[in-house]
Amino acid sequence: MLNSSLKQMSAALRAKKISSVELTNLYLGRIAAHNPVYNAYITTDAAISLAQAKAADELLAKGQAQPLTGIPVAQKDIFCAKGWRTTCGSKMLSDFIAPYDAHVIEQFNHAGAVNLGKTNMDEFAMGSSNETSYFGPVRNPWNQNSVPGGSSGGAASAVAARLCAAATGTDTGGSIRQPAALCGITGIKPTYGTVSRYGMIAFASSLDQAGPMARSAEDCALMLNVMTGFDERDSTSLPREKEDYARDLNLPLAGLRIGLPKEFFAEGLSPDVAARVEDAIAEYRKLGAVTVDISLPNSRLAVPVYYVLAPAEASSNLSRYDGVRYGYRAPEYTDLADMYEKSRAQGFGAEVKRRIMIGTYVLSHGYYDAYYLQAQKIRRLIAQDFADAFKQCDVIMGPTSPSTAFRLGEKNDDPVQMYLSDIYTIAVNLAGLPGMSVPCGFDSNGMPAGLQIIGNYFEEARMLNIAHQYQLATDWHSRSPVKETP
Amino acid sequence: MTWETIIGLEVHTQLSTCSKIFSGAPTEYGAEPNTQADAVSIALPGVLPVLNKGAVERAIRFGLAIGAHIAPRSVFARKNYFYPDLPKGYQISQFDLPVVGMGALKIQVEPLSGSSNGPGKTYEKVVRITRAHLEEDAGKSVHGASQGMTGVDLNRAGTPLLEIVSEPDMRSAAEAVAYAKALHTLVRWIGISDGNMQEGSFRCDVNVSVRHKGEPLGTRREIKNLNSFKFMQQAIDYEVQWQIDTIESGGKIQQATVLFNPDTGETRAMRSKEEAHDYRYFPDPDLLPLDISEEWKEQMRATLPELPEARHTRYMDQYTLTAYDASMLTSSRDMADFFDTCVSVAGPANAKLAANWIIGEVSAQLNRDGLEITQCPVSPLQLSSMLIRIADNTISNSGAKEVFRTLWSEGGDADVIIEAKGLRQVSDTGAIEALVDGIIAANADKVAEYRAGKDKLFGFFVGLAMKASKGKANPGQLNEVLQKKLAG
Repeated sequence: MLNSSLKQMSAALRAKKISSVELTNLYLGRIAAHNPVYNAYITTDAAISLAQAKAADELLAKGQAQPLTGIPVAQKDIFCAKGWRTTCGSKMLSDFIAPYDAHVIEQFNHAGAVNLGKTNMDEFAMGSSNETSYFGPVRNPWNQNSVPGGSSGGAASAVAARLCAAATGTDTGGSIRQPAALCGITGIKPTYGTVSRYGMIAFASSLDQAGPMARSAEDCALMLNVMTGFDERDSTSLPREKEDYARDLNLPLAGLRIGLPKEFFAEGLSPDVAARVEDAIAEYRKLGAVTVDISLPNSRLAVPVYYVLAPAEASSNLSRYDGVRYGYRAPEYTDLADMYEKSRAQGFGAEVKRRIMIGTYVLSHGYYDAYYLQAQKIRRLIAQDFADAFKQCDVIMGPTSPSTAFRLGEKNDDPVQMYLSDIYTIAVNLAGLPGMSVPCGFDSNGMPAGLQIIGNYFEEARMLNIAHQYQLATDWHSRSPVKETP
Repeated sequence: MTWETIIGLEVHTQLSTCSKIFSGAPTEYGAEPNTQADAVSIALPGVLPVLNKGAVERAIRFGLAIGAHIAPRSVFARKNYFYPDLPKGYQISQFDLPVVGMGALKIQVEPLSGSSNGPGKTYEKVVRITRAHLEEDAGKSVHGASQGMTGVDLNRAGTPLLEIVSEPDMRSAAEAVAYAKALHTLVRWIGISDGNMQEGSFRCDVNVSVRHKGEPLGTRREIKNLNSFKFMQQAIDYEVQWQIDTIESGGKIQQATVLFNPDTGETRAMRSKEEAHDYRYFPDPDLLPLDISEEWKEQMRATLPELPEARHTRYMDQYTLTAYDASMLTSSRDMADFFDTCVSVAGPANAKLAANWIIGEVSAQLNRDGLEITQCPVSPLQLSSMLIRIADNTISNSGAKEVFRTLWSEGGDADVIIEAKGLRQVSDTGAIEALVDGIIAANADKVAEYRAGKDKLFGFFVGLAMKASKGKANPGQLNEVLQKKLAG
């Protein structure tokens, strides 16, 4: 059951081969046994999960099941879920019980899915290794001394370690795709505005986008079907009809034009990852695709632009954590200013404080034009690069991350090295495009590598089709780090 | 050398929407603390703003009413600072691209007695309005709410405001007050705000500086949060004198924000420019730019009533009212509507009569009883029926006053009251002539004295005749007949 696809699990539930309560208990048991090692979950609540499973079983019994009814899904701890502690990986919200459901949570509830727990993450989604979490680092199931990537590291680790059927993540600069690549799973960040941000704790509002993380493209399609949809409570939510992202999974790839940006295969890319990505491209050629050499000339500026814009928005988004109404407040202080300073100094971790300071600086009087405005201009140029590229190709492919999973602590003293881990993913967020990561093999140490697929706006169904056809031809996505029998 | 005062105003007017500018929470005034604070008002993690269309519509209507440019695209920006009653740590406002651009307001300045520019004649002036932008209000800090602690009430947080910024076009407290009053009238006139100053729906910040005529602008100080026109006048008068005294005694004005204390009548600095914040404005990424189509603008234009300025002009041109009368009648839309209804019933020829009664007796009684014109016990229809009887000589002015008093206290119909109280004046020439003949016959000696040149006796005959008619003789007619008959 642990290695079954969501479709197979759903069929088993409908056929009464297993109940949702049994399936949920199976995962809760695995979490109890393995989470002390992986630290993939911050919060579980068996009572709530099993109550949802029971309700799902009733729907199944009445024949009212939808595709994900009864399926245990792990939720990133960035989504507010009513009655659940929602921490965003921070001491600041370590005791915060959300009084309402995020749109994404509502959608899963309506679909009859089971919320299996809240997954670990970098604090306020700021990080690429899951080491900035107040609740401790997450370990990579392929090697416990390696990071799972971040910020959706808990989700990636949980999916890879079979501690959930599928998971949600969010991606501001690569936070779905990079951990998916490092943990050998499949993840997709849809077009900005496709999934409502309502109830998703903001890091950088103009870049944040939620998406699924699962064991295959097909599973991602079923998850995305639940997660997307217009929500009037998010002004940036796009008023589009619901679509079935699984509709095109089986289309052939003959004639597909794959753009290969030269900037993605240059200095800084590890030879192992380069080789695996080239293997994958070769596989696509076998499936009938052709490749086109393209250029994204401004993509080299994506990291610096991102580290102006994302901190700028974050510095403002995180101002609400002031110790006044909810969240952490310092136990001792002398006056209002002291209360603010101590609460925020003690409640936020080092990386969050670094980004708040960068963001505050770039928005300051006298620096705004040189940093923020300039970065916005380059952001438009980066989006234009993609628009030009898509005149020559249908999708763009390359590595998701320049290396496979690095060791815990390896990049902690060098934030810039850490930031470069997202060098190939960040430009996609800046342009608002959909991007995904698909497992494409292993390095010499047995650590997974990811192939990044970038589509044009609203091309998710096609990207999932392209990934699915690859997964029919290869078995990288079904390799499991889990050796024991359930 | 003469001092010149330079004044500009920033007015925050609360827009009359039922719900907040970025959430569905109600905006009603006076609820228990924090009962109108929803997830967005409290700024819970993960909540997002959604713009209230009603607030935008009110901003557009205001812009059109002052003849301003309505921005086809404006942008919401975040103004970042920390304060306990500012739940997000930033206020959503508009910065470089406001929804309403440059416009103007024509005002009638009534000199204030005892104010800086002294008494004088009413005159007209145009004040330019630099911009008006949409923003959300903050909550309220309640100091000492419980045992030395400060309470925070977020009911008001997120209430829609239109901040209206004028050019520094005003030159006296009288002009500033006239502008504030005209603006106050306008926002209520077009129905975008209830303008309730006690509840903070119309708050004025006044920028004041002084200079010698012809010299460059002086350093200004900003008097914050004035919520009455009386305080505004007092605060400006005090501030102007303080600035002049400071400069004349060799001091320099520092840019500062000051508060007016109504108990002492003084202004006092609350923070100087050195402590000023860097608000780190940037476009709010949670909100799309606000696009206003030509079509939407025209829809809004169609909802605008005839504006106070237009009515003022119409009253002067069409009914030859004085500027003073026209100003009084257009001090509120309800007042002007009351007048228009009277004129439509009593006829344009009686417009001046209607104006006199509304500005005089009606306003006086309303003031006495603390009523608004909409609560006037005498309806425009009742008043007009009475005005018609004055105009057609059925009743005299003193008779009309009695009819009005009865209408006010008991209601009813003017004609019925006139008959019931016997107030109809005698306008029958024959009856008056007979009456006069009788008086002349009974007072031959006085008639002789009068005819001999003692003109003063005319009043004596009028008195006798009025008494004889029990006060009902038409005074004009009586005079005419008396003059003719006494002449012999």
